[in-house]
This record gives sequence, structure tokens and C-alpha cells, in this order.
Amino acid sequence: MKQILSVGIDIGTSTTQVIFSSLSVENTSGYFTVPKISIVGKDIIYKGAIHRTPLRTRTLIDGEAVREIVSAEFQKAGFTPSQTDTGAVIITGESARKENSEEVLRYLSDFAGEFVVSTAGPDIESIVAGKGSGAAAYSEDNGVAVVNLDIGGGTTNAVIFDDGEVCAKGCLDIGGRLVTITDGKIDYISDSARHVSEYVGVALRQGDAARVEDLSRICEGYASVLEQFLGLSEPTKLLHDLKTPGSSDFVLHPKLRAVCFSGGVADFIYGTDADPFHFGDIGVLLGQAIRRSRVCSSFRMIGAAETIRATVVGAGTYTTSVSGSTIDYSDGLFPLKNIPVLRLDSKEQTACFTGDPSVLREKFKWFLEQNDCRNAVIAMDGEKDPSYIAVQRLAKSIVDAVDPVLPPAEPIMIVLRHDMAKVLGRQVRALLSDKRPVISVDSIIVQQNDYIDMGRPLMDGMVIPVVVKTLIFG
Amino acid sequence: MMENNDLLSRIIAEVLAEMGGSVPASAVESAVKASLSAPSGGSVSASSSVADINITTDITSKESKATPTLDNPADMDSLLRMKSKTPARIGVGRAGGRLKTQTMLTLRADHAAAKDAVFMDVDPALLEKMGLFSVTTMCSDKNQFLTRPDLGRRFSDETIREIQSKCAKNVDVQIYASDGLSSTAIKANLENILPAIMDGLKSKGISVGTPFYVKYGRVGAEDAISEALGCKVICVLIGERPGLATAESMSAYIAYNATVGMPEARRTVVSNIHSGGIAAVEAGAYIADLIEKILKAKKSGVELQNG
Repeated sequence: MKQILSVGIDIGTSTTQVIFSSLSVENTSGYFTVPKISIVGKDIIYKGAIHRTPLRTRTLIDGEAVREIVSAEFQKAGFTPSQTDTGAVIITGESARKENSEEVLRYLSDFAGEFVVSTAGPDIESIVAGKGSGAAAYSEDNGVAVVNLDIGGGTTNAVIFDDGEVCAKGCLDIGGRLVTITDGKIDYISDSARHVSEYVGVALRQGDAARVEDLSRICEGYASVLEQFLGLSEPTKLLHDLKTPGSSDFVLHPKLRAVCFSGGVADFIYGTDADPFHFGDIGVLLGQAIRRSRVCSSFRMIGAAETIRATVVGAGTYTTSVSGSTIDYSDGLFPLKNIPVLRLDSKEQTACFTGDPSVLREKFKWFLEQNDCRNAVIAMDGEKDPSYIAVQRLAKSIVDAVDPVLPPAEPIMIVLRHDMAKVLGRQVRALLSDKRPVISVDSIIVQQNDYIDMGRPLMDGMVIPVVVKTLIFG
Repeated sequence: MMENNDLLSRIIAEVLAEMGGSVPASAVESAVKASLSAPSGGSVSASSSVADINITTDITSKESKATPTLDNPADMDSLLRMKSKTPARIGVGRAGGRLKTQTMLTLRADHAAAKDAVFMDVDPALLEKMGLFSVTTMCSDKNQFLTRPDLGRRFSDETIREIQSKCAKNVDVQIYASDGLSSTAIKANLENILPAIMDGLKSKGISVGTPFYVKYGRVGAEDAISEALGCKVICVLIGERPGLATAESMSAYIAYNATVGMPEARRTVVSNIHSGGIAAVEAGAYIADLIEKILKAKKSGVELQNG
């Protein structure tokens, strides 16, 4: 068994957190078959404190202060950046604005270790939180559709898992810190809270005394938007207004059975008691309003394995996977980061399988120009049980299409879904007669516009760790 | 409906008649009514056992096997999901205490495919197409092959001489194919796996002998061939005893410096090569790597595994 040390760093609107986890990788197949290496254990070995995200202005992160927090957590955990094998930095919620991302990345670059990835964006955050909260595992274990609502300071990230698979994701501007209170007075009202206050007819003014009744009504407004969001009542304009810009359209699952909550507000939905303005915001009231709403009474409510730490645990524990165990690659290429994915649809794949390189050649050239990049991963499903002749034709199509377009010494990189990467990689290498390096891996599912990171080979070189990202910045 | 009624009446009358005694028409009529009104999925009814099979489709096909025959499942989606994860015959329902007609027929069809895999011979046209010459062990026919495993591991002196005359001696690797207990496995996989291994080995600069085919062969026959040809590594691609899930499963048994009478533990095995297991082409590429590893380590089987 081999252990991989993974770090998760989450920089959200209200909190900044660091965790370390140990991923155990093992050959799970029997003695008499082809090896099958998988991640068999995920243990969180260090949970850092929950820090308030340091800000320079209301919306601008103080990168230097973030760096100090992360540095101190590494020290407390007893790890150095060079010891980490993989992991993710996730910048979430309102913090995920471009200037913030760049600032944070600049200050954290030397913590990025060997193979730490940086991801952001509401969609990936939803998925990561849903995995960290345990909603994905519950969905798979029980074979039901579960929605995870990660309710943080600025946003509510929603994801639906069916049988453990992501089937919808979305994001709303609903969170605990959209109104903040200092010394009993309202000192900040976000745009989102203004929309709601107009809608529910409660006048909120900066500097006014914070009244529990008024702010409860605002929170009830938010809870009713969540009801609409989950199809429990007719959608209104408010639902539309609160949709986070740039987030996916949330497609409701017809057989949604259960709901799981994570994020800082979740504890107050699950019933933790606190003084309404203990945190200087509306988080406690929002949790209580959601608890009273039909979101909780209409679905089976499942307990979260992690609430406020769901995103950071998800980032540190669930972003890394391993490739199939029969793969092929040239030595000395890893780690590779942020490689754009060019995905072939079934028609384009069929053209390659039948020996026609022209479709791929055009698409590959166009893709490199569009993305202004030197290289890209060619991704396709492949076939479950292809003939040897078909594999030879596919290899020839790929080489004929890509070799003339790629700059010298750039590797040909192929990612497949079905288990056929080793034989395909062999064929491609034979055709290139080692003039150019090759990477061919399988058992990885990627979508168009994804990016992929590949780490150093593990377990006698049989597998490589892989992180698939839907969005990168920096 | 009318036709069904008539058919049912006839069947029930026949069954009752077999049970002895004459049957008044009214009794048959009431039996038919009772069986037609019985809730499906409830108690055994003549109508469900007659109507539960759709013979317009191939009941042994993947699609047909993926379709539950259970009446009124509480959660169809979950059942389909469970079925997608196993080839076991779950969600098939029942007719009283017994299998439904379709389940019964599918089992018998799968059993027939398994028997065919054992009793059929590999088509000589396939061997010719692949340029493989064919030799036979000491077994004179299929029955002897099945009843005398010892003869399936041995060759006549004449056959040994033929192998020696047609194959290069003292090569790094000698590969051959053999029917074993499933000719169907050879038909399904050999054309895809053999060139994948051969090309893989050649690209590594490893010398490979002339491949051929052994009829009525057991795994142990590779030891006799290894001794006859003096190869470092011997590899047989052989059909595995078929089960009811697949009749197409092939294995590769690989041994370093194999000798007759050596312990079985010295063989390295790659099993489960078929469309539902590891694809033949990918297994071929893996086996080429494995043989390279065995040549380097100069050992195979448990010794190789234990480092």
C-alpha cells in the first residue's frame, strides 16, 4: 500500500481553512488478473482552525495575510510544501473574483508544492462541497438522488448526486454574511439582501439597529427562494435575481429524495443553538429560517459528515483520482499541470477509428489556436473491446493528425474512458519511433473545456494520479 | 384475449385430465377466470407463466439480460442500477416457487453455449488465416481429452519433432494458443491478443518464436513445449472452462524456464480476458510488459510476485 499526502486549502468569503489527508493507494485485483490500482482509503490527518478570511477591503482579499495563515497551518501540521503530493486550493464564493484569485495565487505559489492544483468557480465548488459533506457517498450507498446545499457566507452551492454521480449543479447568492452587524447596527447590506428586502417588503438601512424580526423575514425570503429552487413552489423573479452570475443552470432531478446541508450556516439548520448575532451576521437566523421551511420537511434530511469544513475536506480528499492500471507513457514528463482537454465526440472518434485523420487534424489545429496553447490532451471514450486492427488504425489517425501540428518534443497525450490505453500508447509510440514522447492513460472521464493535471507515476509506475478540473485561473 | 382464454381452457383441462378423472366444463371455466383475475406478481397463475416470455428477442443478448423480468418492481431505477453492476441473474422475478420461463430458457441457452465452447473445435480457417500450424496432444478425441487430463499435457515423439522442425529454438519467448476448455475463447480473442503481444515484444527487442496452435491442450503442455524448444519464457493463450456468465474467457499462463513436473506455483497467470473482463488487445499489451519483467527477473509465478 502506498500513501499520498494531499492538502486542501479553501479560501471562502468568510473563512479560510487548511486540511491534510492521507490517501491510500492499493492494488485491489486478485493474484491471477491484470492489476487494478485504486484509492482505497481517505483519512483526514490534520484539520486546521477555521480562520476568518482576511480582507483588505470588503471584497478584496489580503493575500499576504492568507499566506501567513496557510504557512502557520503547514507548520502546525508538521508538513513542508515539498512533502505534499497532491491537493487543491479552492477560492470560493464572492472571493473567487478574478483580482482575488490572482492575488491569492501569487502569494501561495510556493505552497503549491509538487502537484497542488488551483481551482475555482461555483460549479466545481458545489461538487467538491457535496463530496466533502458525504452527500455523494450517501447517494451512492443508498442509490438515491441527494441534493447538497453548501451554504456559506456569500453563496449557496447546490449539487445533485444520483447514485454518486453528479447530475446537476448550480449556485445562488444566498449566504450568512450578506448582511453584517456591528455593535447591534447593520453595517453592510449586499445587493442580494437588497433584492430580498424589496421583495419581502422590509426596509433595511445601513446604520439602523439590527432587529431580529426584520432580519428573520429577510432570511425567510431566502428560504422561500431555496424552496423555489428545489421545485417546492412556483419560481419567482427573485429566484432569477439571486442566481450567481456564471453558475450553471440547475436542472432539477425528478426523483430528488434527500437533502444534505454543509457550509457554515448548516450547523444552525441542524439545530445548533446560538445567539442570533453572535457572528455579527445573519447566518444563525438564516439557518433557523431554512430549518422551518419546506426544504427540510419535504425531503429526507441527512446528516453531513462535515459542515463548515465540507469544501476544504472535499478539496483535499476528493479531487485526486488514479488512472487505469494498464497505461503507457514516456519517462520524465511528470508532473504536468493545467493541460487543456480536446474532447472528441462519438462521430469524430469513429472517423479516427476508421483511419481518417482529417477531422482530428482540423479540430486539433483549431483548438490550439483558439486556446493559444502549445499542446492539448486528446480525450475520447474509446471502445470496450476493440479489435487490434482498429487500434492500429486509431493510432495511425492520431499520429497523422497531431504529429505535423505539434511543436517538436511536445508529447502526444491521449486520455480514454475505456481500458485500452496501453495498447494504443504502444502503437502510437511505435509509429513515432520514439521521435516524440507519448502519454496514453485510461479510466478517466473528462468533458470538453476541462483541464487535467497528471502527477508522478505511483506503484511501480503502474498508475498516475490525475486531477480533472472544470476551470482554472492564474 | 379470446385466444388466450381458449388456450388456457385447453391447458387447464389437459392438466386436470392428467391428474385423473373427467372435468366438468364449468370447473375449467372458473379456473380460467380465477387465473386471469389473479394479480400479477401475486400467486402463481397460468396466464403469467404463459405470457412472461417474449420470444421475438434473443433472450441471451446483453440487452435482454439487462431487462428485469420481475413484475412491478418497487423501484425500477434502482433495480436497473443493481443489474448494471452484476451479471448475476437478479431482478428476474419468479413463478411461485420456481423460475420464470424466460429465466429457465436463458439459463439453458447459456449452459448450451458453455457446452458448445467445450465440445466444439476451433475453426481451421481461423488458424489458416492467422498462419498458425496445428499439432495435437496425445488425446485422440474430445472425450479422451476431457477424461484424461494427463494426455492433454503430453505429445508423441513425432509431434515434438514436428514442433522442433517448424519453430526456432532457444528464443527468448515462445507463444502458442490452445483450445483448452473453450474453443469459443480462441475464436473471440486470439486474433486481437496475439499480434498485440508479438508486436509489443518485438518493439522491446525480445526474440519471439513462431506461434502455433495445440489441439486438445491442457496448460501443462507448455512445459513439454518449453523443454522441446529451449525457450526462456513460454506463454500459452488458452480457453478457460466456461461458466454461465461467459464462454469466451481466455487466460495466459506464462512460465520462466518451464520444465515437465515443475510446481504449478511457477506459472504467472493473466485471466479474465474477454469482452466483459479485460479487452484482448489491452491484455496483449500488458502481457508483453509482463514477459519483459519475467525475462529480467529470470523467474515467474509466486517467486516473481514475492520479488
